[in-house]
Amino acid sequence: MTASRDWTIPGLTIGLVVMLVAGVVLPDWLLNILNISFSRALAVLGLMVLWRTGLISFGHAFYYGLGAYTVAILGKELGVSEILVTVPAAMLVASTVGFFLGFIIRRYRDIFFAMLSLAFSMVLYGILVKTEALGSTDGFSVPTPSFLGFGAEEAADNKIVLYFVLCGIGYGAALLVHRYLQSTLGNLSTAIRDNEIRVEYLGYSVAHAIHVKYVMSAALAGLGGAILAISLSQVDPDSMVNWTISGELVFVTILSGPGSVAAPFIGSVVFELIRTYAFEWLPHAWQLIVGATLLAIIFFLPGGVWSLLARIFGRKEGER
Amino acid sequence: MSPILEARGISKNFGAVTAAKDVNVAISQDEVVGIIGANGAGKTTFVNMVTGYLKPTSGQIVFEGRDITQLEPRQITRLGICRSFQVPQVFMTETVYENLLTALGIAAATGFSVLRYMKRPDLETQCEALLTRYGIGDYRDHLASSLPQGVRKLLDIAMAMVARPRILLLDEPTSGISTDEKFGLMDTVMSALREEKVTVLFVEHDMEIVERYVGRVLAFYQGEIICDAPPAEALVDPKVKEFVIGEEHHRRDDAEGNADA
Repeated sequence: MTASRDWTIPGLTIGLVVMLVAGVVLPDWLLNILNISFSRALAVLGLMVLWRTGLISFGHAFYYGLGAYTVAILGKELGVSEILVTVPAAMLVASTVGFFLGFIIRRYRDIFFAMLSLAFSMVLYGILVKTEALGSTDGFSVPTPSFLGFGAEEAADNKIVLYFVLCGIGYGAALLVHRYLQSTLGNLSTAIRDNEIRVEYLGYSVAHAIHVKYVMSAALAGLGGAILAISLSQVDPDSMVNWTISGELVFVTILSGPGSVAAPFIGSVVFELIRTYAFEWLPHAWQLIVGATLLAIIFFLPGGVWSLLARIFGRKEGER
Repeated sequence: MSPILEARGISKNFGAVTAAKDVNVAISQDEVVGIIGANGAGKTTFVNMVTGYLKPTSGQIVFEGRDITQLEPRQITRLGICRSFQVPQVFMTETVYENLLTALGIAAATGFSVLRYMKRPDLETQCEALLTRYGIGDYRDHLASSLPQGVRKLLDIAMAMVARPRILLLDEPTSGISTDEKFGLMDTVMSALREEKVTVLFVEHDMEIVERYVGRVLAFYQGEIICDAPPAEALVDPKVKEFVIGEEHHRRDDAEGNADA
């Protein structure tokens, strides 16, 4: 048998080059959409790691929000706006919190795993809404970021620089997750989903494996939240921590499918475009279109948008 | 020579029900031991206690001089006691090859090496060798969910063997297998295990299998060992005949005895 070639790394690299070139000519509104989409895609990448293990978290906005507020607080309280400091700090905070909560959450499965995450996120939401020092429900603004010490004078320049940085971060994160999925620990996802007993009797701790995946997904969600805060120049509980945001992340995870690390990026852009146009066409009932899209995906593309691409690609190969 | 595995007075109660009662047994290196008994006699409870799935209510289990009574299954596996299951425990959505590769990857993983590529030449070579040794090469790319029961059993046993255990416990390796297939399966398994020089304990209901493959029989009845002897003695022991083998086997033995006469 000849193993099929893995096109992930060449595909991601080509995607990166295309996106960088496109960034120069794309209009501002589309750059905005891409920045927001990519920030969400990073959180979805983390959820995908969990989903491959058969776990779904309905509360990942918790880590999304932690990342966003870390960047915002560093800027507001300490005057730190350097992306190379604020973004890793956001990841560190999210992963540290994920590490400690992971000791509790790794003991649960199915709906309990999903809802426990949601419970944590609602606790954070409650705290943020009641904390006036953090702007309560209005939140507060995030200072203009700098990269390697250089800050943009013009808002438009800032957007394009952020876009390039974000493309680089997304590419790096996707490569790292891809590499992880090829490791023994990464490959345990399917094994754990199929049969936890066998994994234990092969000599590996299922709880440990899930813990690692959970911390990883928390770090990625924190990274996504940090990028979102920088993109929007604003943090507030409803846009970052509310349960609807967690639902949105799960929605995009299903829309994307677990087939590839590229899927969350494609799925996030598709979601953002659907939402943007749905809002434009049906401003008072845009949720109808989004809901109908989810139903269509569940019925006709249970493997997500990625499975459609894989099917088309596979068919082309067969025709050759 | 000191035993490789010892059960020292182990008991297991589930509420008012006693599943194992003061079980004392010592197993030597390279022995092949058959565990027999009627349903509910305590055979699988014994296997579950040795492999850490159940903790004894009292008593001690010692492996190579080390108390393993309170260890978790994965820790016991790492020490060198592995098992297969009555219902094969494999990864249903993976192919046979992927099942073995995953098992090999886990067995080779210590500390951060769990982050090494799983598809790497050393593991792939071992994987091919296992496919050949257990005679499942023809099913290499079949999903585990689509395998016949006999092949799934072989895969389960092959996966248990990837960690190169010192002791292997097989829980009813021929259950659900047709009469035609069972000796072929056992020949494959026992020949592979002999190559690995592993001590084997297996739970079995089929007395033909027991007579043919084991050197020692432990007969369980109501949680206790009522006979510990070579098969030639154990299978004619009156208590074993009465409580384990049952009337049908009696009659068959008698008929064979009359025919010989």
